[in-house]
Amino acid sequence: MLAPINISMGSLNVMTLAPMLIPIVGALLILVIDVIKGGLHKSLYVGLSLLFLAMDFFSLLDASNLFAQNGTILGMFDVMLIDGLALLAQFVIVLASMLFIPLALTHKRFHEFSYPEFFALFLFMIAGFQFMVATDNLILIFVGLETSSLALYTLIAMHNRDKSFEAAVKYFTMGALAAGFFSFGAMIFYALTGSIEINKIALVLASNGYTDIGYVLVGTAFMLAAFAFKLSLIPFHTWAPDVYEGSSAPMAGYMSIVPKIAAFVVAMRFFEFLVHSGIVWLDIVLYAFVIVTMTVANMWALVQTDVKRMLAYSSISHAGFVMAAILIGTTQANSALFLYWILFSFTNLGSFSMLWISRQKSIPDHQMSDHSFDKFSGMIKTAPVPAMIMGLFMLSLAGIPPFALFWGKIYLISAAVTSGYTILALIMALNSAIAGYYYLKLIVYMFMKEPVMGNNGQMYVANATLALKTIIGIAAVGTIFAFVAINPLLEFITDFVYNSGY
Amino acid sequence: MLDHILSLLIFFPALAAVVGFMIQKESMRAYGISVATIEFALSLWLWYVFDGNVSGMQFMENIPLVQSFGINYTLGVDGISLFIIILSAFFTLLGIGSLTDTPNVKYMIITLLFLQMTMVGVFAALDAIVFYIFWELSLIPMLYIIGAWGGPLRIYASVKFFLYTFTGSLVMLVGMLFMAYFYYQATGVWSFALLDWYRLILPQSYQLWLFAAFFIGFAIKVPMFPFHTWLPYAHGQAPTIGSVILAAILLKMGTYAFVRFSLPLFPDASAYFMIPIAILAVIMVIYTAMVAYAQKDIKQVIAYSSISHMGIIILGTFALNVEGISGSIFLMLGHGVVAGALFMLVGVIYDRRHTKMMSEFGGLAQVMPRYATIFGIMMMASVGMPLTINFVGEFLSLLGFYQQSHIITILAGVGIIVGAIYMLGAYKKTFFGEVTNEKNKNLPDINKKELFGLIPLVIVAIWLGVYPKPVLGPINKSVESIVQLMHNKSTTELAKKRIPNLVKPKVIIIKKTIIEEVH
Repeated sequence: MLAPINISMGSLNVMTLAPMLIPIVGALLILVIDVIKGGLHKSLYVGLSLLFLAMDFFSLLDASNLFAQNGTILGMFDVMLIDGLALLAQFVIVLASMLFIPLALTHKRFHEFSYPEFFALFLFMIAGFQFMVATDNLILIFVGLETSSLALYTLIAMHNRDKSFEAAVKYFTMGALAAGFFSFGAMIFYALTGSIEINKIALVLASNGYTDIGYVLVGTAFMLAAFAFKLSLIPFHTWAPDVYEGSSAPMAGYMSIVPKIAAFVVAMRFFEFLVHSGIVWLDIVLYAFVIVTMTVANMWALVQTDVKRMLAYSSISHAGFVMAAILIGTTQANSALFLYWILFSFTNLGSFSMLWISRQKSIPDHQMSDHSFDKFSGMIKTAPVPAMIMGLFMLSLAGIPPFALFWGKIYLISAAVTSGYTILALIMALNSAIAGYYYLKLIVYMFMKEPVMGNNGQMYVANATLALKTIIGIAAVGTIFAFVAINPLLEFITDFVYNSGY
Repeated sequence: MLDHILSLLIFFPALAAVVGFMIQKESMRAYGISVATIEFALSLWLWYVFDGNVSGMQFMENIPLVQSFGINYTLGVDGISLFIIILSAFFTLLGIGSLTDTPNVKYMIITLLFLQMTMVGVFAALDAIVFYIFWELSLIPMLYIIGAWGGPLRIYASVKFFLYTFTGSLVMLVGMLFMAYFYYQATGVWSFALLDWYRLILPQSYQLWLFAAFFIGFAIKVPMFPFHTWLPYAHGQAPTIGSVILAAILLKMGTYAFVRFSLPLFPDASAYFMIPIAILAVIMVIYTAMVAYAQKDIKQVIAYSSISHMGIIILGTFALNVEGISGSIFLMLGHGVVAGALFMLVGVIYDRRHTKMMSEFGGLAQVMPRYATIFGIMMMASVGMPLTINFVGEFLSLLGFYQQSHIITILAGVGIIVGAIYMLGAYKKTFFGEVTNEKNKNLPDINKKELFGLIPLVIVAIWLGVYPKPVLGPINKSVESIVQLMHNKSTTELAKKRIPNLVKPKVIIIKKTIIEEVH
C-alpha cells in the first residue's frame, strides 16, 4: 500500500506563487463581474487590470527584498524558482503591461476593448509569462508558454480586421510549430539525462562529459529553433512583420517586448551552461543567428514603405542585437540584456503608441497603407509636438546619445568588447549605423518634406485620448531622462543577475 | 558660479532654446540675439578669469553619471579648448545677428541655440562618453538646418552628412569602449575620464588599432581626403548660416579631437602613422585645391578651399611638436573666422541674385565697392597673406612639420600657392572687369545686418594676424604640456625621436599637480 505523502505547507512555500496568482485572480474576478452584470464600460476593466498589476508589482517588490536577503527562493516541490532573472523579467513584464493597458482607453470604434474577455485574457497571459520565467522546469516553461501564447493569439484576433485574423492564424501556426520543437527538444534532453530541470540537465551532462554529444546537439537544435521562433530570429522570423502589421499598434509594440523578454530569460537559463560547455558548434550557430538577424532585418527595414512594418523589422533587428548577450554569456552581457530591454520597452512602446494615436478611420488615396511614410510628411508643420516626440523615439531607437537606448547599446557592445568579441562589437556598431538610415527616413519625412494638401494635422492625433497622451508622455520622459536612471538601474540589475549565478 | 561656468555655458543656450518655443515669432530674432550675446559675454568672461599661465585643465566640474561603469560628467578647459569655445559663441552670435529673411526663423534660431549647446559641450567635455554624447547630438541640429532650409538636393545632402559622421563615430565608440576596458584591466576600475586615460601607457600594437578606430571617427568629421565627399554636398545645399557654422565650428571638432584624444592617448601610434597621415593631408591640400580651381559655383570654390586648409591643420597637428600643434590650433581659429566669413559673403550675393555661378557675375567691384573690399580682405586672409590671421597658423604648422619632413612640407606649400591661384582667379572673375550681366547693374551694396556679421570678423582676422600673442600664449602653454606628456608616455624609439622632449623641470612639476587634482 502506498504511504500517504506528507508534506508540510511550510515547505511548499506557496508565497512563490503569489505574483502569478494575483493576475489570475484578477482575470477571474473580471469574468465574474461580467457574469453578474454585463455591459459595463471598459474603463472599469482597465482600472481593475491596473490595480491587479500594481498588486502584482508590489508582491514582486516583496519577493525581491527576500531575494536580496536570502538569495534564490525555491517553492512548490522546487518547481518554482525565484531568482534574480525571474524577478527582473517579471518586473519588465508587469511594468510594460502597466504601460500597455491604458492604451485600451481609446475611442469607441475599437470594440475589442469593450469585451471584458480581452482583459481577462490579458491577465492570464501575464500570469503565463510569469510562470515561464520563474522556473527552470521545462514542463512548466512549456505550460506557461502555451498559456500566454494562446491568450495572445486570441488578443490579436480580437482586433477584428481582415489582416488581424490572418495575423492570428499565422502566429498560431508558427507558434504551434515552435511548441512542437520545444517539446521535442525537452524530450531528447529528458531521454539523455532523466530530468526536466535545466540545472539538473546541466549537472548530468557535465558529469558524464557530454558523451552523447550527437543527441545533445540534436536537442539543442530543436530548442534553438523553438526560441528562434519566439524571438523572431532570422530565418524563423517570417511571421513577425505580418503579425505586427495585422495587430493593433499597441499590441504590436507589446508583442515586440514582453513575449521576447520571457523567451530571452528562458534562453538565458537554457543556453548558459551550453555556451560555457565549450561546444563550438553552438557558438558558431548562435554567432550566425545574431549577425544574420540584426543585419538582414536591418536591410529589410530599409526598403519598407510602411512605418509599422519598418518598426516590425527594426524590432527583429533589436532582438538579434540583444541575442548577442546570450552568445557572450557573461554577467555583464546578461545585465546588459536586461538594461537594453527595459530601455527598449519604453522607447518602442512609445513609438508604437504614436502610431496608435494617428490611426485613421479610412485611408486617403495617396497612402498605400495605414501608416505609410508619406502620411507623416511635413508633420512638423501641422502637428509640431507629436512630430517632435516621434522624432525623439526614432533618435532613441537609432541609438543617438543621450537618449534611452544608447545606454543599452554601449553597455552591450562593451560586454562584447570585454569578452573579446571584437568583430561582433564592430558589427553591432555598424548595424546601428545601418539602422540609423531608416529611422532617419521617418525623421526626414516628418521634418523636411512638405505636408500633403488638405492635411491639417488633425489626423496625427485622431485617436488621442488623455490616457494615451499620458502613456506617451511617460515614455518620452523616460526616453529623454534615462541617463539619470542608468546608474541605479545598472547596479540593481547587475546585483540581481550576479546573485543568480549568471 | 565660477565653479560651474562651463555647465552654464553649455546649458544656458539649451534652456534658452526650450524657452524660445513660447516666444512670439516677430520677437524671436531679438530674443536669439540677446541670448547669443549673453552667451558670448559669458565666454569672454571665461577668457578673462582663465589663468593663461597654467597649462592644465581649469574650471573642472565632476558629477558622477553612471558610477559603476565609470561615466562621469567631467568638464574642463585649457588653452586649446578655450578659444574654440569662444569662437563658437562668437559665431552663433554673428550667425543669428546676420540671419537674413528665412522662413520659420523661429525654429531656425531654436535649432541654432541647441547646436550651440552641443558645440560648447564637445569642446568642454573631459569624459569620453560625455564627449561622444555632444558629438553625436551636434549632428541633429545640423541635419535639420540642412534638410529643412537647404537647396533642392537638401535631403540627400543632409542624410549623407548624418550617415557618414554617424558611422564613423560608432567605430570610434567601439574604440572608446576598448580604451575603457584596457583601463579597467590595468586598474580594476572602469573609467571614461580622459585625464585617467592620459596616464595609461598602452603597448604599441594596441595603440595602432585604437588609433585607427578613433581616426575613422575624426577623419570623417574633419573631413580628411578619402572621406571628404559628404562635405561639398553639405555645403552646396546648406543655407548660408548652416555653411558658416559647419565650416567655422563643426569641422573643428574633428581636428580638436585629434589633439585631445589621438595624440596624447596614442603617442607611439601617432608617430608611427605620422608620415601616412601627412601624405593624406598633402593629397588633401593639393587635390582639393585643384578641384576648387575647376569649380564654377563660388560656394563650391570656398567649400573645397576650406577642405584644403583643413589639410594644413592636420599636417600641423601631426608634426607632433609644439610649433606644429600650436600652429594648427591657431589655424583652426583662423580657418573658422575666414571660412565662416567667406561663406557669409557668398550668402550676401546669393540673397541678391539667387545664384552662386561665377559666370553670372563680373565687375561687382563697381556696383558693390564695400562688399568687394571685405571680400578682398577675407580672400587675402584665406590665401594666407602675412598680417592676416591664417598666415600665423599656416606658417607655424608648416614650420612644425618642416622639422619632420622637408619634402612633404614643400609639397604642402605648393598646395597653398595653388590656393592663391584659384582664390585670386575666382575673385577676378567675380569682381573685376566690366559689368556684363544686366541684372548686376543695380545690386544694392552690403547692408547693416550683413555688416554686423562681417565687420567683427574682419577686425579679428587682422587683429590676430598682427598680434596673435594673447591667444597664442595660452595655446602654447597647454600644447607644451601635451607634447611633454606624449614624450614621456611614448615607448618606441621612433616616437621618442619624433616627439621632442621639452626638458624643463618646471613643466614636469606642473604635470604632477594636475594628476593630483584629478584624484
